[in-house]
Amino acid sequence: MVPIEIRDVSLIYDTPGGKVPGVKDVNLNIGASEFVCIVGPSGCGKSTLLNIVAGFLEPAAGEIRIGGKKVDGHGMDRGVVFQDFAQLFPWRTALGNVTFGLEMKGVPKDERERIAHEQLRLVKLDKFTGSYPHHLSGGMQQRVAIARALAYNPSVLLMDEPFAALDALTRDDMQRLLAEVWRETRKTVIYVTHNVSEAVYLADRVIVMTPHPGTVKAEIRIPLSRPRDPLSVEFLDFQKELLRHLGHETGTNEPTKTNGKADA
Amino acid sequence: MQDAVTTIMVDRTLDRSQGGERIRLIARNVFPFVVVGGIWEIIAWSGIFPRRLFPTLEEVAASFVQLTITGILPHHAIETLIRLLTGFALAGIFGVTIGVLMGRSRRAEDIFLPLVSIGAPIPGLAYAPLFLLWFGLGNISAVLLVGFVSAFPIIFNSWTGVKAVKEIWVRSAQAMGADDRRLFRHVILPGALPYILTGLRLGLAQAWRILVAVEMLAAVPWGLGWLIFGARKFLNTDAMLAGIVVIALIGLALEKFVFQKIENYTVVRWGMISS
Amino acid sequence: MTEGGQRQRTLLRGTLSLLAAAAVYEAMARSGYFAPALLPTLPTVARTLVASVADGSIIEHAAFTLYRVMFGFALSVAVGLPLGILMARFSRVEHFFLPLVSALMPIPSFALVPLFMLWFGIGNLTTILIVFYAATFPMMFNTWSGVRSVNPLWLRAAGAMGADEHKLFWKVIIPGASPFIITGMRQAFLRSWIAVVGAEMIAASDWGLGWVIFDAKEFLNTDVMLASLVVIGLIGFMFERFIFGSLERMTVLRWGMMRAAKG
Ligand SMILES: Nc1ncnc2c1ncn2[C@@H]1O[C@H](COP(=O)(O)OP(=O)(O)OP(=O)(O)O)[C@@H](O)[C@H]1O
Ligand SMILES: [Mg+2]
Repeated sequence: MVPIEIRDVSLIYDTPGGKVPGVKDVNLNIGASEFVCIVGPSGCGKSTLLNIVAGFLEPAAGEIRIGGKKVDGHGMDRGVVFQDFAQLFPWRTALGNVTFGLEMKGVPKDERERIAHEQLRLVKLDKFTGSYPHHLSGGMQQRVAIARALAYNPSVLLMDEPFAALDALTRDDMQRLLAEVWRETRKTVIYVTHNVSEAVYLADRVIVMTPHPGTVKAEIRIPLSRPRDPLSVEFLDFQKELLRHLGHETGTNEPTKTNGKADA
Repeated sequence: MQDAVTTIMVDRTLDRSQGGERIRLIARNVFPFVVVGGIWEIIAWSGIFPRRLFPTLEEVAASFVQLTITGILPHHAIETLIRLLTGFALAGIFGVTIGVLMGRSRRAEDIFLPLVSIGAPIPGLAYAPLFLLWFGLGNISAVLLVGFVSAFPIIFNSWTGVKAVKEIWVRSAQAMGADDRRLFRHVILPGALPYILTGLRLGLAQAWRILVAVEMLAAVPWGLGWLIFGARKFLNTDAMLAGIVVIALIGLALEKFVFQKIENYTVVRWGMISS
Repeated sequence: MTEGGQRQRTLLRGTLSLLAAAAVYEAMARSGYFAPALLPTLPTVARTLVASVADGSIIEHAAFTLYRVMFGFALSVAVGLPLGILMARFSRVEHFFLPLVSALMPIPSFALVPLFMLWFGIGNLTTILIVFYAATFPMMFNTWSGVRSVNPLWLRAAGAMGADEHKLFWKVIIPGASPFIITGMRQAFLRSWIAVVGAEMIAASDWGLGWVIFDAKEFLNTDVMLASLVVIGLIGFMFERFIFGSLERMTVLRWGMMRAAKG
């Protein structure tokens, strides 16, 4: 798998109301097969950063290198999963959604359906391959989205709050599933979240961003062994440390901005 | 027009399971026609209006049967349908193309939108004399006018549909390596399909409404509009009513068998609109 | 690229495209390939328009057309609105009218023009009845679905607050259904406008914008035709924009309910 380097990346949005900075001077090195979570107050620029890495937005300054190669637009080395359930194509079945990337790559039909079945099995949806998205629950749709992003075997997985709209129980399941999938595939992952415990559960390293315009404020390594126990003392300690960095406990750094969101 | 039809259909499917219910339902749907038919007969027999102008239902039915077995009514109907389909096909091809172009390119939108917005509020039939002057009496004018008029709703809806395609679908597809051409075929088109179908449906309804009138004005030798219009000269009210019945049947069939089928097969199955 | 620049460019391109279309037309008209009677130049059309406004003739025709359309439209509201409400509130009424309506609706109003001409002669009555026929269905249908779609929660809430049937009707059902009712009026007017022009053409009485256009064809007065088209388009556009637009702004848009009607 490949490392990602983010160097001095800034982006400014041009809106009718004037220029709004999206992110500012972000520097970040992500190792091959590393699972990195990005947390930060709402509006700090997490999605912006992810979209730059994905190639949907072009940075005003700085550059991104994936496996040493400069990013220029979107590419099949990266798979993307969004927060929105609506990201699936409603006119394709679960299987049709998962085969899409392979179809674009020109993989023959039999082969791509075999791979898609395999991926859907990995996310425990092998019984629903023929279902259209509107017949699947929110959690199932997100699992299809993950399978879809994995199917064409990108070396990098970019995820923007993929489980934020799910209920707590389903989310726990999905996190476990994602941790398993990552252990099996060893992809480099950038995962944006609001949820501190989710970050501690999944990440090798958590990046905390400052409030808007966001830049990297702190990095916390989570050296806990996997699978992790969210009720262990160490786990809770990391959670507390993260909350402190987010300005939640001490109340010094604009506590209102993260209030409620951080432990949502 | 589709709502009434749909509702009745829904009633039917709901009640299909219970046998006795079904008969009651049919009776319920037939009853209003019996009442209206009865009133019609009373007026016809009473002689308030001259019989020639207000024929009894038996006379209308007899005329219908007679015109059908002599092949006159089918001939009129087929000519009308061919005109309808040709005009509508033109409108469909140009309308969807222009609408999709407008949705995809800012430049095309800026160029076409003012033209389309100026042409749309004028009732279609008002263009008829102009077309008749430019392209002469007959088929060409009729087909072109039907195509021209029904293109407007198709353009508008295709345009809106393409603009309404979710950004997240586009991004997902791009991330999975779709180039522009495949993005268009696999994402933009299916994503805009609910709107495009609505546009086609409105366009067809529009084409149907106007075609009958165009046939009256364009002096075509065959066609249901012409049949009705010509029958007036000889006070053949029964033939006229028979023609109107065929027009109603075709209108109903277009709606029910063509568009509902296409919708059920595509956007309803995908859950993009509810049936 | 900023939003303001984008808007300016849109305006510019729009104007350019209109000018280009006009220029193409004008070039064709002046090229000599086409008979000037069939393709009058734009200045000729403009002169005709101004002259017919100045001598009042086009205004008189427009007045006739407007009289017919307003009469027919008012009738259709007077019949379609109560009928739609009754159908939504009483299933017997619904069961009686729905089959009839779905059988009649696919008949284009123009198909009835020759019949009505036989029955009622040429002139105002036929035209008004055709307009009435064309406009009643959208009016009734939208009212019907509007009243049916009134959120049952509102009804229950109002009932819990002690509203009786009468109050429920005027204070909850009518305002609740109003986005649909307004949409219905809008569609009904649109249909009326289409119907009146067509009926005037086919039924060929002596007055009305539709008749002017059709009559102009007999004498190859293409300039009169185009001038009348402009007037027809303008009146239709003004009704749509100003009357129904402001009706919408005053009511449902202010209540934030427009989505309900569109969706
Ligand atoms: N399309 C846009 N146009 C203009 N400004 C934008 C746009 N998207 C984001 N912004 C601005 O950029 C900043 C960062 O937005 P971004 O969506 O990256 O935040 P975020 O950290 O993902 O927030 P959240 O946690 O709420 O998703 C915000 O302050 C916002 O105002
Ligand atoms: Mg975000």
